[in-house]
Amino acid sequence: MLISPELILAIFGMLVLVVDLIGRARTREWLPWVTVLGFVLAFAATLYIWGSNASIFAGMYSVDMFSLFFKLLATIAGTMIVLVSIDYLRGRTTRQGEFFSIFTFSILAMTMMASSASLLMIYLSIEFLSYTSYLLTGFLREDKKSNEAALKYFLYGAITSAVMLYGLSLLYGVSGSLNLTDIATAFANTVDPSVRTVALVAPALVLAGLGFKISLVPFHQWAPDAYEGAPTPVTAFLSVGPKAVGFAILLRVALTTLPIYQASWIPLLAVISIITMTLGNLVALRQTNIKRLLAYSSIAQAGYMLIGLVGVNLTGNSPFSGLNGVLIYLFAYLFTNLGAFICVIAIENATGAVNIADYAGLVRRAPFVAALFIIFFLSLAGIPPTAGFIGKFFVFGAALREGFLTLAAIGVINSIISVFYYFAVIRAAFFLDAKDPSPIRITPLVTAMLTVTAAMVLLIAVYPQPLFNLAAWSMGMFGVVK
Amino acid sequence: MLTVNHFILLSAILFCLGAVGVLIRRNPLVMFMSIELMLNAANLAFVAFSRYLNNLDGQIFVFLILTVAAAEVAVGLAIIVAMFRARENVDVDEVNELKG
Repeated sequence: MLISPELILAIFGMLVLVVDLIGRARTREWLPWVTVLGFVLAFAATLYIWGSNASIFAGMYSVDMFSLFFKLLATIAGTMIVLVSIDYLRGRTTRQGEFFSIFTFSILAMTMMASSASLLMIYLSIEFLSYTSYLLTGFLREDKKSNEAALKYFLYGAITSAVMLYGLSLLYGVSGSLNLTDIATAFANTVDPSVRTVALVAPALVLAGLGFKISLVPFHQWAPDAYEGAPTPVTAFLSVGPKAVGFAILLRVALTTLPIYQASWIPLLAVISIITMTLGNLVALRQTNIKRLLAYSSIAQAGYMLIGLVGVNLTGNSPFSGLNGVLIYLFAYLFTNLGAFICVIAIENATGAVNIADYAGLVRRAPFVAALFIIFFLSLAGIPPTAGFIGKFFVFGAALREGFLTLAAIGVINSIISVFYYFAVIRAAFFLDAKDPSPIRITPLVTAMLTVTAAMVLLIAVYPQPLFNLAAWSMGMFGVVK
Repeated sequence: MLTVNHFILLSAILFCLGAVGVLIRRNPLVMFMSIELMLNAANLAFVAFSRYLNNLDGQIFVFLILTVAAAEVAVGLAIIVAMFRARENVDVDEVNELKG
């Protein structure tokens, strides 16, 4: 039962769709809970096949610890986002069943991306995730902003996926195979210099498609618009889901298919990482809409994560292998960024406000949310004692170990810049006076999710050992690179 | 005598035409057609390589690209139609509620 998580998600996605079509209004009330049940079962199924290391469907689909790590991450993210979207969607749309069905399919697409081990699967799963994300982004059909966000997201996505596809065709042409490990063997055995040229150009084209998912500069332009216009739970999803599995494919391709060209792609990724963090942080400084601010912040976060891949070195048994840094960072970022977005959702549900100016005096109106904003922003800025610090510690550590001193220094400077805009929000919340001092009521479900994410952010910081083990298991399959 | 190089050259030309089309046209439908041209450039490259390598994987890939492109059209046109209903105008330069 190696594909049981995927089967469960597919069955529940279709079940929700059918029940939404034929069920009565009272039955449809239960659909979000059915979706949550699906995610919990898929999570349990992932734990059940924990430890497997198999390659199925003629080598196209790889069920290894690395993919299981991302499946856990996908189902956790799915559960939390469904739980916070229940209150958000109420009153905004009447077609909630469709939303939860499409959302389940997008989590399914994430689990498939995590397992893709052939160019064909990579293309199909990326497109699957893209189409479901476009639909979710434009889900509030009557809302002009939601429409516009979907159109921009769609056009950028279609262009970058066409570029990526051309890169895939070139990779196939020079190696004669679609399988990631077979391509690596073909590259290692070739003496033809023209193969080497194509082997450098084609992955750069593929990087366009992956960079779009991860929101790396220069493929990031869609992110601020899509984040601002999309329904906020979808924004929360876009900021963690596609980014995480985009990294899964990037790591898999870089470390299994292209290790012999590592000397060529490391400088490229280092430059992209520097530009991504710097641009993300500098533009975030002048944002007035909290969703746009978090969009630029999440672009910058992708830049930090990429440092881990630049500093990757899997020889020896060092705790700073770079790869484990990326995995730890992704896990910490999942709870941190989701938490920050749930704070935004909590305020937006009650007041409809998404501008930083509207957060003035938040500490008197909603003290719990204001306090948690501090925790999540400390974590995003990488200040201890939070999960974000643990993540940054390991990616910057890997860069230092490999001698990328400038890169690590730029990363630290960027973290300091990011403190300014995170604390602009906190300043508004704590030190400015509210225009309307009436208290904001937070619904119980949102409060519960806020508590869970904040607890995880602090727990990872004080007791990180289980996460270290998880990361160490997950990267075991990548053997020795170099 | 046509070799694989000719086909790849043609596909590269098609790809560049599509890319230029996307960059200079402002109507989402025309941009969409240009994107289809880019996809078909990749299809041509896959089929040519598949023939040259005597390996059927590439042709199967093309079948799936064709299906996925049809799904893409469905999603994309749905978004454009929803947009047109909401504002009676689809020129991408005038779609500017979101900026900053």
